[in-house]
Amino acid sequence: MSKLSRDDVAHVARLAMLDLSEAEIDTFTAQLGDVLETADAMAELDLASVEPTHHPLGLVNVVRPDDVRPSLDRDEVLSQAPEAEDGRFRVPPALGEE
Amino acid sequence: MSDSPAAPAAFGTAVEIASAVKAGERSALGVLEEHLGRIGAHESSVHAFNAVIEDEARSRAMEIDDAIASGAEVGALAGVPVAIKDNMCTRGVPTTCSSRILDGWKPPYDATVVTRLREAGAIVVGKTNLDEFAMGSSTENSAFGPTHNPWDLTRVPGGSSGGSAAAVAAGFSPISLGSDTGGSIRQPASLCGVVGVKPTYGAVSRYGLIAFGSSLDQIGPFTTDVHDAAVIMDTIGGHDPLDSTSATDGHGSLESVLSDGVDGLRVGLITEMTGGAIDGIAPDVLARVRAAAEALAAAGATVGEVSVPSSVYGLSAYYMVAPAEASSNLARFDGVRYGLRVDGSNTAAMHTATRTEGFGDEVKRRIMLGTYALSAGYRDAYYGSAQKVRTLIIEDFDRAYADFDVLLSPASPTTAFEMGAKTADPLAMYLNDVCTIPSNLSGQPAMSVPFGTGDDGLPIGVQVLAPLMGEPVMFRVAAALEAAQRLEDGESR
Repeated sequence: MSKLSRDDVAHVARLAMLDLSEAEIDTFTAQLGDVLETADAMAELDLASVEPTHHPLGLVNVVRPDDVRPSLDRDEVLSQAPEAEDGRFRVPPALGEE
Repeated sequence: MSDSPAAPAAFGTAVEIASAVKAGERSALGVLEEHLGRIGAHESSVHAFNAVIEDEARSRAMEIDDAIASGAEVGALAGVPVAIKDNMCTRGVPTTCSSRILDGWKPPYDATVVTRLREAGAIVVGKTNLDEFAMGSSTENSAFGPTHNPWDLTRVPGGSSGGSAAAVAAGFSPISLGSDTGGSIRQPASLCGVVGVKPTYGAVSRYGLIAFGSSLDQIGPFTTDVHDAAVIMDTIGGHDPLDSTSATDGHGSLESVLSDGVDGLRVGLITEMTGGAIDGIAPDVLARVRAAAEALAAAGATVGEVSVPSSVYGLSAYYMVAPAEASSNLARFDGVRYGLRVDGSNTAAMHTATRTEGFGDEVKRRIMLGTYALSAGYRDAYYGSAQKVRTLIIEDFDRAYADFDVLLSPASPTTAFEMGAKTADPLAMYLNDVCTIPSNLSGQPAMSVPFGTGDDGLPIGVQVLAPLMGEPVMFRVAAALEAAQRLEDGESR
């Protein structure tokens, strides 16, 4: 694998909606690089014909019966949100000044 | 260590307490006050809890006592105080994951395990500290400060369920619940000298457990003995329609198999973890694992060695799979629905400001690692390879279980280490889980059973591993190890 760069870390932080200082980018670049180096050990294995495991029990398409049952109380849920209005979560404008 | 706050089962085991409460020999309120007294005396030095809910616990205890006085039926855990890891939802009681991002959030529902414990008569006394979002092996990554090991306050209790392990070791509660994604029950159990169980994936409902790695996470008990662990497993286990990954076919009662013995069972020492390819296992830990094998042989089991070659790649695969799942699961913490919001001029700026301030460094590291492992161009090499290594590990375990009923290994490579010793080096911290991770990747059950102490006098746990839904045979072996340890200690109990 190619070595993890500062630019990679900055890019990933943006994708993950995290704001990092220059010093944090340096620290994380070194630390994440160490972990990725450990992951590179998997390249020693011949995995071409191995099927991936997504889930240990191999469950597929578990559905519940289509029965009406009580759901969480809306007001109780909204009371725990930072901001709510008219029975909905309230957020700042989606478009606007950065 | 004579003045350490360690006092497991200070007021009896859960089974002993429930039996006395049901017989009217002790009151639930009296039992609760004894435990609250210990918490009052030692919590400031241990810091096992994020919150102790005394008032709610007292009213619940009085309800139990009233029920008993009126002759009503009470459950198997009547009057038993229990501590709950603070990543499991408790309705109306703050649930923080030891993270600032859930600041002030009170869940609108109870986790299924909490409901089942309450229905059995148990009394929730508090929510225990953890590494933020269960990411860590020392409980030092908590936004509310670290938990200390009750056996030696200068050492870590392990993690991520360090608060739950310490609460039981300190006698704050006879039992507690933790969650285990890569060893977060078994490693702290080993370091705190208590029993800790990671059940088969799907054996215990995850409903109400705040998700970390959804294909790896399992809830399980910490207890002071194997009997209590069996009773808790029998109480919290079984299918739950609210968790679509919950198994429909369980493993049956564990309490009923405890006296079945190990005569004729085949026990395999995992060579990679007992002096083989995996480095860093301390000699005093290895000595106790070998002593455990000898004790089982003396009890009638046949003991051999078995290789699980791909277990060597467990750590590599885990640190792709778990962060990948975490990066997705933790996307929901964005300042909209729960807890913290840090203002921003638009929605995206608010999300970023909230996450930047709300998450600690280890959580940020895992989110970024997972985002990277899933990003375009790297997904196949990292996440894809890791999922294939999972398959190899399952195949290797299956081969081992063709010849053996259970496997043995260390639970933790060392006894409890000094606080601060590994905080600057994430990879060194991750290596704590080298013996426990393979069971999460395979979904198979494993538990840590206290088996003596190391050169430093601190507890050592032996890990017993079993095939999917193999809890009954795992508990038979655990019971035999416990009996052997009691003989060695000269206990008569």
